[in-house]
Amino acid sequence: MSFWDTDPGHLILVLAEALALLVPLLIGVAYLTYAERKVLAAIQMRRGPNVVGPFGLMQPFADALKMIMKETVIPSGANRALFLFAPMLTFGLAMIAWAVIPVNAGWAIADINVGVLYLFAISSMGVYGIIIAGWASNSKYAFLGALRSAAQMVSYEVSMGFVIVSVLLVAGSLNLTAIVEAQRTVWFCIPLFPMFIIFFISTLAETNRSPFDLPEGESEIVAGFFVEYSSMSFALFFLGEYANMMLMSGMTTILFLGGWLAPFGILPMLGPVWFVLKICACLFVFIWVRGTFPRYRYDQLMRLGWKVFLPASLLWLVITAGVLLATGTLPVPA
Amino acid sequence: MPYVLPGYLPILVFMVIAGVIAVAMVGGSLLAARQKPYPEKLSAYECGFEAFDDARRPFDVRYYLVAILFIIFDLEVAFLFPWAVSLGATRLFGFLSMMGFLGVLTVGFIYEWCKGALEWE
Repeated sequence: MSFWDTDPGHLILVLAEALALLVPLLIGVAYLTYAERKVLAAIQMRRGPNVVGPFGLMQPFADALKMIMKETVIPSGANRALFLFAPMLTFGLAMIAWAVIPVNAGWAIADINVGVLYLFAISSMGVYGIIIAGWASNSKYAFLGALRSAAQMVSYEVSMGFVIVSVLLVAGSLNLTAIVEAQRTVWFCIPLFPMFIIFFISTLAETNRSPFDLPEGESEIVAGFFVEYSSMSFALFFLGEYANMMLMSGMTTILFLGGWLAPFGILPMLGPVWFVLKICACLFVFIWVRGTFPRYRYDQLMRLGWKVFLPASLLWLVITAGVLLATGTLPVPA
Repeated sequence: MPYVLPGYLPILVFMVIAGVIAVAMVGGSLLAARQKPYPEKLSAYECGFEAFDDARRPFDVRYYLVAILFIIFDLEVAFLFPWAVSLGATRLFGFLSMMGFLGVLTVGFIYEWCKGALEWE
Protein backbone atom coordinates (compact mmCIF):
# COMPACT_ATOMS: atom_id res chain seq x y z
CA MET A 1 0.00 0.00 0.00
CA SER A 2 1.55 3.25 -1.02
CA PHE A 3 0.96 6.80 0.06
CA TRP A 4 -1.06 7.76 -2.98
CA ASP A 5 -3.59 4.95 -3.31
CA THR A 6 -5.28 5.72 -0.01
CA ASP A 7 -9.00 5.18 -0.45
CA PRO A 8 -11.12 8.36 -0.56
CA GLY A 9 -13.20 7.36 2.47
CA HIS A 10 -10.10 7.26 4.61
CA LEU A 11 -8.97 10.58 3.21
CA ILE A 12 -12.30 12.22 4.07
CA LEU A 13 -12.11 10.76 7.58
CA VAL A 14 -8.63 12.21 8.08
CA LEU A 15 -9.80 15.55 6.69
CA ALA A 16 -12.73 15.60 9.13
CA GLU A 17 -10.43 14.70 12.02
CA ALA A 18 -8.00 17.44 11.06
CA LEU A 19 -10.77 20.03 10.89
CA ALA A 20 -12.19 18.78 14.20
CA LEU A 21 -8.83 19.63 15.76
CA LEU A 22 -7.92 22.79 13.84
CA VAL A 23 -11.23 24.66 14.13
CA PRO A 24 -11.34 24.48 17.96
CA LEU A 25 -7.63 25.27 17.93
CA LEU A 26 -8.14 28.48 15.94
CA ILE A 27 -11.04 29.51 18.16
CA GLY A 28 -8.86 28.70 21.15
CA VAL A 29 -6.10 30.91 19.74
CA ALA A 30 -8.61 33.75 19.28
CA TYR A 31 -9.75 33.41 22.87
CA LEU A 32 -6.20 33.08 24.11
CA THR A 33 -5.58 36.66 22.95
CA TYR A 34 -8.74 37.66 24.81
CA ALA A 35 -7.70 35.70 27.93
CA GLU A 36 -4.28 37.29 27.85
CA ARG A 37 -5.75 40.79 27.80
CA LYS A 38 -8.19 39.93 30.57
CA VAL A 39 -5.56 38.31 32.82
CA LEU A 40 -3.06 41.14 32.25
CA ALA A 41 -5.84 43.60 33.01
CA ALA A 42 -6.67 41.77 36.23
CA ILE A 43 -2.98 41.78 37.24
CA GLN A 44 -2.86 45.52 36.65
CA MET A 45 -6.25 46.14 38.31
CA ARG A 46 -7.94 47.13 35.05
CA ARG A 47 -11.02 45.69 33.38
CA GLY A 48 -9.65 44.68 30.01
CA PRO A 49 -11.85 44.39 26.91
CA ASN A 50 -15.48 44.64 28.01
CA VAL A 51 -17.34 46.52 25.28
CA VAL A 52 -17.82 44.15 22.33
CA GLY A 53 -20.39 41.54 23.37
CA PRO A 54 -21.03 40.31 26.92
CA PHE A 55 -17.82 40.69 28.99
CA GLY A 56 -16.09 41.65 25.75
CA LEU A 57 -16.34 38.05 24.53
CA MET A 58 -16.72 39.07 20.89
CA GLN A 59 -13.51 41.12 20.99
CA PRO A 60 -11.33 38.54 19.13
CA PHE A 61 -13.79 38.47 16.22
CA ALA A 62 -13.98 42.25 16.10
CA ASP A 63 -10.18 42.35 15.98
CA ALA A 64 -10.09 39.77 13.19
CA LEU A 65 -12.64 41.70 11.16
CA LYS A 66 -10.67 44.91 11.60
CA MET A 67 -7.47 43.18 10.49
CA ILE A 68 -9.11 41.85 7.33
CA MET A 69 -10.32 45.31 6.35
CA LYS A 70 -6.86 46.89 6.67
CA GLU A 71 -4.61 47.63 3.75
CA THR A 72 -1.70 45.21 3.18
CA VAL A 73 1.35 47.44 2.96
CA ILE A 74 4.30 45.83 1.20
CA PRO A 75 7.37 48.09 1.49
CA SER A 76 8.89 49.10 -1.82
CA GLY A 77 12.31 47.71 -0.89
CA ALA A 78 10.91 44.37 0.22
CA ASN A 79 11.13 41.06 -1.55
CA ARG A 80 7.41 40.70 -2.21
CA ALA A 81 7.07 36.92 -2.50
CA LEU A 82 9.16 36.13 0.57
CA PHE A 83 7.54 38.99 2.47
CA LEU A 84 4.12 37.39 2.04
CA PHE A 85 5.42 33.85 2.43
CA ALA A 86 7.03 34.35 5.87
CA PRO A 87 3.82 34.85 7.92
CA MET A 88 2.16 31.97 6.09
CA LEU A 89 5.09 29.73 6.99
CA THR A 90 5.00 30.76 10.66
CA PHE A 91 1.27 30.18 10.83
CA GLY A 92 1.38 26.93 8.87
CA LEU A 93 4.11 25.41 11.03
CA ALA A 94 2.18 26.25 14.18
CA MET A 95 -0.81 24.40 12.68
CA ILE A 96 0.81 21.27 11.24
CA ALA A 97 2.64 20.45 14.47
CA TRP A 98 -0.75 19.63 15.99
CA ALA A 99 -1.15 16.61 13.70
CA VAL A 100 0.72 14.37 16.15
CA ILE A 101 -0.63 15.73 19.46
CA PRO A 102 -2.60 13.01 21.29
CA VAL A 103 -5.55 14.69 22.99
CA ASN A 104 -6.68 11.37 24.48
CA ALA A 105 -5.58 7.74 24.38
CA GLY A 106 -5.51 6.83 20.68
CA TRP A 107 -6.79 10.23 19.55
CA ALA A 108 -3.58 11.35 17.85
CA ILE A 109 -4.53 12.03 14.24
CA ALA A 110 -1.09 11.00 12.99
CA ASP A 111 0.10 8.45 15.54
CA ILE A 112 3.60 8.23 14.09
CA ASN A 113 6.37 6.41 15.91
CA VAL A 114 8.70 9.44 15.94
CA GLY A 115 6.22 11.98 17.31
CA VAL A 116 8.70 13.81 19.53
CA LEU A 117 11.23 14.11 16.75
CA TYR A 118 8.53 15.54 14.45
CA LEU A 119 7.51 18.14 17.06
CA PHE A 120 11.15 19.06 17.67
CA ALA A 121 11.76 19.45 13.93
CA ILE A 122 8.67 21.55 13.32
CA SER A 123 9.32 23.85 16.25
CA SER A 124 12.90 24.29 15.03
CA MET A 125 11.64 25.38 11.64
CA GLY A 126 9.80 28.28 13.25
CA VAL A 127 13.01 30.25 13.04
CA TYR A 128 12.76 30.27 9.24
CA GLY A 129 9.54 32.28 9.26
CA ILE A 130 11.18 34.91 11.41
CA ILE A 131 14.47 35.15 9.56
CA ILE A 132 12.69 35.27 6.18
CA ALA A 133 10.39 38.02 7.47
CA GLY A 134 13.30 40.05 8.80
CA TRP A 135 15.34 39.71 5.64
CA ALA A 136 12.51 40.20 3.16
CA SER A 137 11.26 43.38 4.86
CA ASN A 138 14.50 45.21 4.00
CA SER A 139 14.12 47.35 7.09
CA LYS A 140 16.82 47.81 9.72
CA TYR A 141 14.58 47.16 12.69
CA ALA A 142 13.15 44.04 11.12
CA PHE A 143 16.63 42.79 10.30
CA LEU A 144 17.94 43.37 13.82
CA GLY A 145 14.85 41.78 15.33
CA ALA A 146 15.19 38.73 13.11
CA LEU A 147 18.87 38.29 14.02
CA ARG A 148 18.15 38.53 17.70
CA SER A 149 15.20 36.23 17.45
CA ALA A 150 17.05 33.59 15.45
CA ALA A 151 20.02 33.61 17.86
CA GLN A 152 17.70 33.40 20.84
CA MET A 153 15.60 30.57 19.45
CA VAL A 154 18.53 28.41 18.42
CA SER A 155 20.24 28.98 21.79
CA TYR A 156 17.32 27.70 23.79
CA GLU A 157 16.53 24.92 21.38
CA VAL A 158 19.69 23.09 22.39
CA SER A 159 18.75 22.84 26.06
CA MET A 160 15.19 21.94 25.03
CA GLY A 161 16.67 19.08 23.02
CA PHE A 162 18.59 17.76 26.03
CA VAL A 163 15.46 17.96 28.18
CA ILE A 164 13.47 16.03 25.58
CA VAL A 165 16.18 13.37 25.40
CA SER A 166 16.07 12.88 29.17
CA VAL A 167 12.30 12.36 28.94
CA LEU A 168 12.92 9.81 26.19
CA LEU A 169 15.36 7.97 28.45
CA VAL A 170 12.68 7.56 31.09
CA ALA A 171 9.84 6.82 28.68
CA GLY A 172 11.81 4.64 26.26
CA SER A 173 9.82 5.69 23.20
CA LEU A 174 9.52 8.52 20.68
CA ASN A 175 5.79 7.99 20.33
CA LEU A 176 3.81 10.67 22.18
CA THR A 177 1.05 8.27 23.24
CA ALA A 178 3.65 5.91 24.70
CA ILE A 179 5.32 8.80 26.53
CA VAL A 180 2.03 9.74 28.19
CA GLU A 181 1.28 6.10 29.03
CA ALA A 182 4.72 5.85 30.68
CA GLN A 183 3.55 8.48 33.17
CA ARG A 184 0.81 6.24 34.63
CA THR A 185 2.75 5.76 37.88
CA VAL A 186 4.14 9.28 38.24
CA TRP A 187 4.12 12.37 36.03
CA PHE A 188 7.59 13.17 34.74
CA CYS A 189 7.51 16.65 36.25
CA ILE A 190 8.24 15.04 39.64
CA PRO A 191 11.29 12.83 38.96
CA LEU A 192 12.62 15.26 36.35
CA PHE A 193 11.67 18.44 38.17
CA PRO A 194 14.77 20.53 37.25
CA MET A 195 14.33 19.52 33.61
CA PHE A 196 10.67 20.55 33.79
CA ILE A 197 11.67 24.04 34.94
CA ILE A 198 14.38 24.34 32.26
CA PHE A 199 11.92 23.15 29.61
CA PHE A 200 9.24 25.59 30.62
CA ILE A 201 11.61 28.58 30.67
CA SER A 202 13.02 27.47 27.30
CA THR A 203 9.52 27.38 25.83
CA LEU A 204 9.10 30.99 26.94
CA ALA A 205 12.28 31.85 25.04
CA GLU A 206 11.32 29.72 22.03
CA THR A 207 8.00 31.49 21.60
CA ASN A 208 9.64 34.91 22.09
CA ARG A 209 7.45 35.58 25.07
CA SER A 210 8.29 37.91 27.88
CA PRO A 211 10.59 38.07 29.79
CA PHE A 212 12.47 36.94 26.66
CA ASP A 213 10.60 39.12 24.17
CA LEU A 214 13.71 41.00 23.06
CA PRO A 215 13.09 40.31 19.38
CA GLU A 216 9.96 42.40 19.72
CA GLY A 217 11.40 44.86 22.25
CA GLU A 218 8.91 47.67 21.62
CA SER A 219 11.02 50.29 23.35
CA GLU A 220 14.17 49.70 21.30
CA ILE A 221 13.47 48.01 17.97
CA VAL A 222 9.75 48.87 17.80
CA ALA A 223 8.35 45.43 16.95
CA GLY A 224 11.37 43.59 15.65
CA PHE A 225 10.95 41.29 12.70
CA PHE A 226 7.32 42.13 11.96
CA VAL A 227 7.59 45.92 12.09
CA GLU A 228 6.73 46.24 8.39
CA TYR A 229 3.73 43.91 8.49
CA SER A 230 0.14 45.05 8.44
CA SER A 231 -3.31 43.64 7.94
CA MET A 232 -3.75 39.88 7.61
CA SER A 233 -0.06 39.10 7.17
CA PHE A 234 0.48 40.68 10.59
CA ALA A 235 -2.45 38.73 11.97
CA LEU A 236 -0.90 35.49 10.73
CA PHE A 237 2.27 36.19 12.73
CA PHE A 238 0.12 36.96 15.72
CA LEU A 239 -1.95 33.79 15.34
CA GLY A 240 1.20 31.78 14.73
CA GLU A 241 2.79 33.10 17.91
CA TYR A 242 -0.24 32.26 20.00
CA ALA A 243 -0.73 28.87 18.36
CA ASN A 244 2.93 28.20 19.15
CA MET A 245 2.32 29.10 22.76
CA MET A 246 -0.48 26.56 22.85
CA LEU A 247 1.71 24.00 21.12
CA MET A 248 4.52 24.50 23.60
CA SER A 249 2.04 24.19 26.47
CA GLY A 250 0.79 21.00 24.83
CA MET A 251 4.35 19.68 24.64
CA THR A 252 4.93 20.53 28.30
CA THR A 253 1.69 18.75 29.16
CA ILE A 254 2.59 15.63 27.19
CA LEU A 255 6.21 15.40 28.27
CA PHE A 256 5.85 16.37 31.93
CA LEU A 257 2.27 16.75 33.10
CA GLY A 258 0.90 13.38 32.06
CA GLY A 259 -1.09 14.44 28.98
CA TRP A 260 -4.67 13.27 29.30
CA LEU A 261 -4.05 11.27 32.50
CA ALA A 262 -6.26 12.40 35.36
CA PRO A 263 -4.54 13.80 38.45
CA PHE A 264 -4.95 11.33 41.37
CA GLY A 265 -7.21 9.24 39.15
CA ILE A 266 -10.12 11.69 39.43
CA LEU A 267 -12.68 11.15 36.64
CA PRO A 268 -10.27 9.31 34.29
CA MET A 269 -12.90 9.17 31.53
CA LEU A 270 -12.55 12.92 30.97
CA GLY A 271 -9.14 12.60 29.29
CA PRO A 272 -9.46 15.41 26.73
CA VAL A 273 -10.87 17.74 29.40
CA TRP A 274 -7.84 17.15 31.60
CA PHE A 275 -5.57 17.68 28.63
CA VAL A 276 -7.16 21.03 27.81
CA LEU A 277 -7.17 22.08 31.45
CA LYS A 278 -3.47 21.33 31.78
CA ILE A 279 -2.74 23.34 28.63
CA CYS A 280 -4.79 26.22 30.04
CA ALA A 281 -2.81 26.07 33.29
CA CYS A 282 0.47 26.31 31.33
CA LEU A 283 -0.91 29.18 29.24
CA PHE A 284 -1.97 30.99 32.38
CA VAL A 285 1.61 30.78 33.64
CA PHE A 286 2.80 32.20 30.28
CA ILE A 287 0.54 35.22 30.77
CA TRP A 288 1.29 35.50 34.48
CA VAL A 289 5.02 35.62 33.74
CA ARG A 290 4.39 38.36 31.20
CA GLY A 291 2.48 40.39 33.76
CA THR A 292 5.13 39.94 36.45
CA PHE A 293 8.70 39.92 35.13
CA PRO A 294 10.70 42.72 33.52
CA ARG A 295 12.41 42.04 30.21
CA TYR A 296 15.83 40.42 30.14
CA ARG A 297 18.88 42.11 28.66
CA TYR A 298 20.35 40.39 25.62
CA ASP A 299 23.63 39.41 27.30
CA GLN A 300 21.68 38.00 30.26
CA LEU A 301 19.54 36.02 27.86
CA MET A 302 22.51 34.48 26.09
CA ARG A 303 24.27 33.80 29.39
CA LEU A 304 21.24 31.99 30.75
CA GLY A 305 20.86 29.89 27.61
CA TRP A 306 24.47 28.91 26.98
CA LYS A 307 26.13 29.07 30.40
CA VAL A 308 23.34 27.91 32.70
CA PHE A 309 20.74 25.86 30.86
CA LEU A 310 23.05 24.05 28.47
CA PRO A 311 25.51 22.70 31.07
CA ALA A 312 22.73 22.08 33.60
CA SER A 313 20.53 20.12 31.20
CA LEU A 314 23.49 18.15 29.86
CA LEU A 315 24.59 17.26 33.38
CA TRP A 316 21.11 16.26 34.42
CA LEU A 317 20.76 14.14 31.29
CA VAL A 318 23.94 12.22 32.18
CA ILE A 319 22.74 11.82 35.78
CA THR A 320 19.35 10.56 34.60
CA ALA A 321 20.93 8.01 32.29
CA GLY A 322 23.39 6.92 34.98
CA VAL A 323 20.73 6.51 37.67
CA LEU A 324 18.40 4.59 35.34
CA LEU A 325 21.23 2.30 34.34
CA ALA A 326 22.51 1.78 37.88
CA THR A 327 19.06 0.97 39.30
CA GLY A 328 18.16 -1.24 36.32
CA THR A 329 14.95 0.75 35.66
CA LEU A 330 15.66 1.52 32.00
CA PRO A 331 12.72 0.75 29.74
CA VAL A 332 13.64 -2.12 27.41
CA PRO A 333 12.79 -1.37 23.76
CA ALA A 334 10.14 -3.64 22.31
CA MET B 1 8.49 -4.17 9.96
CA PRO B 2 5.20 -2.54 8.93
CA TYR B 3 5.15 0.04 6.18
CA VAL B 4 4.93 3.33 8.09
CA LEU B 5 4.41 5.98 5.43
CA PRO B 6 0.55 5.95 5.41
CA GLY B 7 0.75 7.10 9.04
CA TYR B 8 2.07 10.40 7.72
CA LEU B 9 -0.97 11.09 5.52
CA PRO B 10 -2.65 13.29 8.18
CA ILE B 11 0.43 15.52 8.22
CA LEU B 12 0.04 16.08 4.48
CA VAL B 13 -3.64 16.88 5.07
CA PHE B 14 -2.68 19.34 7.82
CA MET B 15 -0.18 21.03 5.51
CA VAL B 16 -2.83 21.46 2.83
CA ILE B 17 -5.40 22.83 5.30
CA ALA B 18 -2.90 25.22 6.92
CA GLY B 19 -1.77 26.44 3.49
CA VAL B 20 -5.33 26.98 2.31
CA ILE B 21 -6.28 28.90 5.48
CA ALA B 22 -3.17 31.09 5.32
CA VAL B 23 -3.55 31.91 1.63
CA ALA B 24 -7.29 32.50 2.02
CA MET B 25 -6.76 34.91 4.90
CA VAL B 26 -4.10 37.01 3.18
CA GLY B 27 -5.84 36.80 -0.20
CA GLY B 28 -9.23 37.64 1.31
CA SER B 29 -7.79 40.68 2.99
CA LEU B 30 -6.09 41.79 -0.23
CA LEU B 31 -9.45 41.55 -2.02
CA ALA B 32 -11.67 42.96 0.75
CA ALA B 33 -9.61 45.94 1.86
CA ARG B 34 -9.07 49.10 -0.14
CA GLN B 35 -5.45 49.27 -1.29
CA LYS B 36 -4.13 52.79 -1.71
CA PRO B 37 -0.32 52.76 -1.70
CA TYR B 38 1.90 55.80 -2.23
CA PRO B 39 5.72 56.09 -2.02
CA GLU B 40 5.87 57.46 1.55
CA LYS B 41 3.64 54.72 2.86
CA LEU B 42 5.72 52.07 1.13
CA SER B 43 9.10 53.24 2.41
CA ALA B 44 10.72 51.18 5.15
CA TYR B 45 10.07 52.38 8.70
CA GLU B 46 13.00 54.35 10.09
CA CYS B 47 11.67 56.73 12.76
CA GLY B 48 10.24 59.09 10.18
CA PHE B 49 13.46 59.53 8.22
CA GLU B 50 13.78 58.42 4.67
CA ALA B 51 15.70 55.15 4.77
CA PHE B 52 19.41 56.01 4.72
CA ASP B 53 20.62 52.92 2.93
CA ASP B 54 19.84 49.30 2.31
CA ALA B 55 19.05 47.32 5.46
CA ARG B 56 20.99 44.25 4.35
CA ARG B 57 24.27 45.25 5.92
CA PRO B 58 27.09 43.39 7.62
CA PHE B 59 26.12 42.31 11.12
CA ASP B 60 27.84 41.27 14.31
CA VAL B 61 29.96 38.16 13.87
CA ARG B 62 28.71 36.79 17.20
CA TYR B 63 25.39 35.85 15.64
CA TYR B 64 27.36 33.73 13.20
CA LEU B 65 29.26 32.16 16.08
CA VAL B 66 26.03 31.30 17.86
CA ALA B 67 24.77 29.63 14.69
CA ILE B 68 27.91 27.49 14.43
CA LEU B 69 27.73 26.47 18.10
CA PHE B 70 24.08 25.65 17.60
CA ILE B 71 24.84 23.31 14.72
CA ILE B 72 27.33 21.37 16.84
CA PHE B 73 25.02 20.97 19.80
CA ASP B 74 21.91 20.30 17.76
CA LEU B 75 23.72 17.50 15.96
CA GLU B 76 24.66 16.18 19.36
CA VAL B 77 20.99 16.16 20.32
CA ALA B 78 20.17 14.39 17.07
CA PHE B 79 22.69 11.66 18.00
CA LEU B 80 21.20 11.42 21.49
CA PHE B 81 17.65 10.69 20.27
CA PRO B 82 18.27 7.12 19.01
CA TRP B 83 20.71 6.51 21.87
CA ALA B 84 18.08 7.44 24.45
CA VAL B 85 15.40 5.06 23.17
CA SER B 86 17.78 2.14 22.73
CA LEU B 87 19.77 2.48 25.95
CA GLY B 88 17.68 -0.29 27.48
CA ALA B 89 19.23 -2.67 24.94
CA THR B 90 22.77 -1.32 24.66
CA ARG B 91 23.11 -0.76 28.44
CA LEU B 92 26.59 -0.10 29.88
CA PHE B 93 28.36 -0.26 26.52
CA GLY B 94 26.00 2.31 25.01
CA PHE B 95 26.23 4.49 28.09
CA LEU B 96 30.03 4.55 28.15
CA SER B 97 30.31 5.16 24.40
CA MET B 98 28.00 8.15 24.64
CA MET B 99 29.86 9.46 27.67
CA GLY B 100 33.06 9.40 25.60
CA PHE B 101 31.33 11.36 22.84
CA LEU B 102 29.81 13.86 25.28
CA GLY B 103 33.17 14.20 27.01
CA VAL B 104 34.87 15.25 23.78
CA LEU B 105 32.13 17.80 23.13
CA THR B 106 32.32 19.10 26.69
CA VAL B 107 36.04 19.72 26.28
CA GLY B 108 35.20 21.73 23.16
CA PHE B 109 32.50 23.58 25.02
CA ILE B 110 34.87 24.51 27.85
CA TYR B 111 37.38 25.74 25.27
CA GLU B 112 34.72 27.96 23.65
CA TRP B 113 33.72 29.28 27.05
CA CYS B 114 37.33 30.14 27.98
CA LYS B 115 37.90 31.73 24.57
CA GLY B 116 34.98 34.06 25.24
CA ALA B 117 32.78 32.81 22.39
CA LEU B 118 29.77 32.97 24.71
CA GLU B 119 30.35 36.55 25.91
CA TRP B 120 27.91 39.33 25.00
CA GLU B 121 28.72 42.58 26.73
